[in-house]
Amino acid sequence: MQETSDARLILEDGTIFEGFSFGYNGSVAGEVVFNTAMTGYPESLTDPSYKGQILTLTYPLVGNYGVPGSAKENEMLKHFESEQVHISALIISDYSFKYNHWNAELSLDDWLRKNKVPGIYGIDTRALTKLIREKGSMPAKVIIKGQDCDFFDPNTQNLVKEVSIDHKKIYGSGKHKILLIDCGVKNNIIRYFLQKDSTVIRVPWDYNFFDEDYDGLFISNGPGNPEMCTETIRNLALAMQQDKPIFGICLGHQLMALASGGKTYKLKYGHRSHNQPVILEGTKRAFITSQNHGYAVNDQSLSDDWEAWFTNINDDTNEGIKHKTKPFCTVQFHPEASSGPTDTDYLFDEFIKLL
Amino acid sequence: MSTIKKVLILGSGALKIGEAGEFDYSGSQALKALKEENIETILINPNIATVQTSEKLADKIYFLPVTPYFAEKVIQKEQPQGILLAFGGQTALNCGIELYKNKTLEKHNVRVLGTSIQSIMDTEDRENFVHKLDEINVKTPRSIAVNSTEAAIKAVRKLNYPVIIRAAYTLGGQGSGFCNNDSELRTLASKAFSYSGQILVEESHKGWKEVEYEVVRDEYDNCITVCNMENFDPLGIHTGESIVVAPSQTLSNSEYHKLRQLSIKIIRHIGIVGECNVQYALDPHSEDYRVIEVNARLSRSSALASKATGYPLAFVAAKLALGFSLPEIKNAVTKTTSAFFEPSLDYIVCKIPRWDLNKFLGVSKEIGSSMKSVGEVMAIGRSFEEAIQKGLRMIGQAMHGFVGNKDIEINDFEKELSQPTDMRIFVISMAMQNGWSVEKIYEKTKIDRWFLEKLQNIYTLNNKLEEASSLDDLPVALLRKAKQSGFSDFQIARSVYKDDFSGSDEEIMAVRQHRYNNNIRPVVKQIDTLAAEYPAQTNYLYLTYNGQSHDIDYESDDRSVIVLGSGAYRIGSSVEFDWCSVNALETVKEEGYRSVMINYNPETVSTDYDICDRLYFDELSFERTLDIIELETPKGVVVSVGGQIPNNLAMRLYRQNVNILGTSPLSIDRAENRYKFSKMLDELEVDQPEWKELSSIEDIFTFTAKVGFPVIIRPSYVLSGAAMNIVSNAEELEHFLELAANVSKKYPVVVSRFMENTKEIEMDAVASNGRVMAYAISEHIEFAGVHSGDATMMFPPQKVYVETIRRIKKITNRIAEELNICGPFNIQYLARDNDIKVIECNLRASRSFPFVSKVLKTNFITLATKIMLDIPVEKPDKSLFDLEYIGVKAPQFSFSRLAKADPVLGVDMSSTGEVGCIGEDYYEAILKSMLSVGYTIPEKNILLSTGPPRSKIELLNSAKLLKEKGYHLFATKGTAGFLLSHDIEATVLHWPDSEKSPNTVDYIRQHKIDLVINIPKDLTKDELYNDYHIRRTAVDHNIPLITNARLASAFIIAFCRYSMDDITIKSWDEYTIT
Repeated sequence: MQETSDARLILEDGTIFEGFSFGYNGSVAGEVVFNTAMTGYPESLTDPSYKGQILTLTYPLVGNYGVPGSAKENEMLKHFESEQVHISALIISDYSFKYNHWNAELSLDDWLRKNKVPGIYGIDTRALTKLIREKGSMPAKVIIKGQDCDFFDPNTQNLVKEVSIDHKKIYGSGKHKILLIDCGVKNNIIRYFLQKDSTVIRVPWDYNFFDEDYDGLFISNGPGNPEMCTETIRNLALAMQQDKPIFGICLGHQLMALASGGKTYKLKYGHRSHNQPVILEGTKRAFITSQNHGYAVNDQSLSDDWEAWFTNINDDTNEGIKHKTKPFCTVQFHPEASSGPTDTDYLFDEFIKLL
Repeated sequence: MSTIKKVLILGSGALKIGEAGEFDYSGSQALKALKEENIETILINPNIATVQTSEKLADKIYFLPVTPYFAEKVIQKEQPQGILLAFGGQTALNCGIELYKNKTLEKHNVRVLGTSIQSIMDTEDRENFVHKLDEINVKTPRSIAVNSTEAAIKAVRKLNYPVIIRAAYTLGGQGSGFCNNDSELRTLASKAFSYSGQILVEESHKGWKEVEYEVVRDEYDNCITVCNMENFDPLGIHTGESIVVAPSQTLSNSEYHKLRQLSIKIIRHIGIVGECNVQYALDPHSEDYRVIEVNARLSRSSALASKATGYPLAFVAAKLALGFSLPEIKNAVTKTTSAFFEPSLDYIVCKIPRWDLNKFLGVSKEIGSSMKSVGEVMAIGRSFEEAIQKGLRMIGQAMHGFVGNKDIEINDFEKELSQPTDMRIFVISMAMQNGWSVEKIYEKTKIDRWFLEKLQNIYTLNNKLEEASSLDDLPVALLRKAKQSGFSDFQIARSVYKDDFSGSDEEIMAVRQHRYNNNIRPVVKQIDTLAAEYPAQTNYLYLTYNGQSHDIDYESDDRSVIVLGSGAYRIGSSVEFDWCSVNALETVKEEGYRSVMINYNPETVSTDYDICDRLYFDELSFERTLDIIELETPKGVVVSVGGQIPNNLAMRLYRQNVNILGTSPLSIDRAENRYKFSKMLDELEVDQPEWKELSSIEDIFTFTAKVGFPVIIRPSYVLSGAAMNIVSNAEELEHFLELAANVSKKYPVVVSRFMENTKEIEMDAVASNGRVMAYAISEHIEFAGVHSGDATMMFPPQKVYVETIRRIKKITNRIAEELNICGPFNIQYLARDNDIKVIECNLRASRSFPFVSKVLKTNFITLATKIMLDIPVEKPDKSLFDLEYIGVKAPQFSFSRLAKADPVLGVDMSSTGEVGCIGEDYYEAILKSMLSVGYTIPEKNILLSTGPPRSKIELLNSAKLLKEKGYHLFATKGTAGFLLSHDIEATVLHWPDSEKSPNTVDYIRQHKIDLVINIPKDLTKDELYNDYHIRRTAVDHNIPLITNARLASAFIIAFCRYSMDDITIKSWDEYTIT
């Protein structure tokens, strides 16, 4: 047991939370956000969409089932969403120093240490969450053992550039050729396509893909402000002049909206959880979805060619858009889940059917 | 939706093991949901102590048995368009299936709302169930029926070891067991074949994790899982017997969502509309799973899930049954978001069962695949350590947490760990103290190491606390860590003061003061269903040390009134005190005060957050109550509506200058303290049975020599193996004292004269400043000697002299005046001729308050609460002399659930619930209430074994009556001889031990007997082998059994006078007071 606090979370508004350090022994700055999921830290922490963010988990008991090993499948880590931890720091309430799970190979503490990511436990994460809810996500810094650093707002950066691959990569050899624009794609999206008899051609975020041979275009999730991805937006606008099916998830959804002339805006504190309810427009059909985004599409700003497809039941924000005549559709939530509920994974099938 | 204007809801009847208060909660919520839609509601439920059978919820209430016969009668009369079956447990479900099968519903055009009967039957019938899940490739445990040992061996080749084998068609698990190899299988199989020609070989998943999901679906096919829960105890221990946490703690995301997705697949395939529960076995070494069970109705788990998450499952299920879609329904907590979402928790809850096995003679203490617990608690914390330690205090078994308890003697750790009893968790604690490692404990228990490591944390922390020699010597960080790990101030004091610790409030308060000096205080957090993602106006709260700020701002306006609830349901304290608490809260609210509830029982209505202005789902301990009082700074605290737990806190809180509303705690003390009370009675010249507190065996003999036998002996503290007992002679006394060997100055016993052939009469009343404002006198059918909770009560009294009533009123007035009673109270009297003695006086609401309030149509709690709030009240104008009908309250026993327990009544209470029915006369009311607790009117054959001469005589007229009515009487030898000497013929059946035929137990086993009347010869624990076997066999074979002569006689006269068709079908409001 540690005697005294050795770690502090300092928010831009001056609020200080004191706790105990675990994981990597080093200070870091970023944007503090919260996620209300109750499982799935190995998946969340490796989700590239968290790039630049200090992640607060509202579920207080963390680390219970350790972290799985680094087995690979289809050239991807089998149990993670990318090849590394993307969060800047982790903020929790109660850390389980002893973990137990048949699939675990190391502790969360060791894993964070290995990935040079600091963590703080012993924080009143509920109080912190309420503060973020009221004041919005904001720059913050994690100070370990008094080593100070400067505040940093990741939304001023092109984070996509940092998490996208730098060269084209091909997965599988299935019938359907999916061109996947990697803005920080989660492995499970690729896994889903591979399960559905596809070849995935993964290209960098700013790649000129017009010479590639493909049946359908997919734009992935990713971190930060969508307006930073000007090259992608430009490419998408061109792709939309053709008739090949397009599907996008999360940042991909926002980029499509921007490419079609719509607008995006920053949510006060985003949607990061496993329990976001969305309703299929014009029906009584609703789904529980996994989400992780700080920006959203303003569906009032859509051009006449587009219509709202899904809407968030809690706060009426846009959750999906659909082209009125062409096979283009995108969703704000994560049908690939991982972590989270898999209720909307049928959307992958629907996309494949269009090809 | 529009065609449904009137709906019938079936309740679950009396509380019993496996079907308890949770259905009062779910039924009440359903009624509220229907009311919101302006639908007229009809409720059948004989459980008069429930909240759902209160005035404001259902439009019409029938206190009748929940059986197809009575349901049809009510349907005929009321002509409802719809029926809800999912809110009254298995009782309602079974009744509904019967009504469907016998085409009653079809005949009367009653639509089953929500899940269809076919879907329900698909989940209830094992074969259908397996088949149904096979259709969607969902795995269930495989089993193969075989007729020979060789076939069994062959079956195992398909299933793999370990397997469990069960002999078909036997009771109580005879011939079943686990086998790990061929030789074990051969041995067990051959044994099993001696019971039955067929055995089932089933794959065993003993030791796998047990996980449950609560799933909701609307008719538009929208599905959500509201909560998952993980059992602390692995498969092999019934989920009702297991410690359970929510959400799951040891499942990875992939496991969690795999089982979630399966749950949704299952609910869709079965076609549930409303709520269901799916239970899984999950391999601790892979993602392999089996579906164990699906419950197509609200359940104990769904009540727990509702309280654990704040998601009102029953309310939502009722709306879905009416055809609403999930997105249309609002989230009742946030009020801004929709009911279509899955709650996110930012805390952990821990459910712990409460057993009362000590109350039963001969019962096995082992816990396993059948349920024995009588109640449960739910503890909320932000660490597992905090939640489990809170919970272990809440169960009210004199435990202070995981550590800091009195040592338990354990002879064989290995056996105690691998064959768990009700003491399981404390055995783990003792094992740790005895050097057992987590790994070794895991090997024996298969409890996930994660849980064991957390328990080890508590143990280690306690060792560190013990290193401190004084509070000042205790590092502040350690003290804070201890509080964050759920240590109470009592535990800390015990560890720091060690042998010097006396357990006094001063010592506990010293720890508190020390904490305050170091700024260590708990914070209040909300349960808001969304982990703070959206603002919520929720009043559902708990306290934790794992946090730094409160979620709510306190007004400090002197407008809060705190009502202390009743805690875990247990034998002697259950739904009746919840009714009292709810009514007190409502009155507090109506009078313009802020109603604040403290309680931790997830089965209750009082812990439904829409009942009060603020709900603290937390401990009713001295420490926690003070914490909340300090935050709320209330006008006062009500301690008299929640039974004995709040009553016991009265004096302790009073000493801390807490304003106790109502009767002064000094008076409560005068009534609770035997010396003071006795002295007061002497001064008031009120008679009482002679008694003495004695601390040596010689003194006991001297006392009995003076007053004579029989005497009642009750230990002041529970001694092992010796509870309260009636002793009839010197020999029995010696035997009893052998059991209670350590009678001493420290452990004295109270010996009082036991009055035979004496009536017991109860006075329930409410007084204002010493003046009785309302009263109800009830009479027990049984003579004194049967615990008042096990007695059958009639109100108003039918066979009591007017002079007796006059005297009782007079004495009651005198006591009320002397104690200056201000609120509810209850006095128990003994009456023989017109000779009246006082046995006991409780300055709080009693078990019978809801019963008398509802029969008299005067809410005693509303009246009492107003008085406690200093609101002027008028004396109600209704009096028991005005009633033109009779109420009878009858106990419900759960002996069939308690293998080997002797189903006999004594001075210690053993019933788990009760019903109250209203009849035109005494006998009709008895008949209704007896039918409500599971008795049936016998068809033909009755077995009499009538015990001592007095009861033989008592039953003589009844036997004659039975004969006249054409019943065939069977009797044991002595009884038959007695009957014959009075010209009543009876066929002799031999005693069980004679092994001669025709034998009593054979006849019972073969269901040739419709009613067994077995009167014990005496009330000692050394019950004769024979009588015990007759009684136990009757219970095991579900044959109605009566063990009290006066009750038997009343029941016999009742069913000889009234046939089923004579029973009036009248709702509560049709019984009027003139």
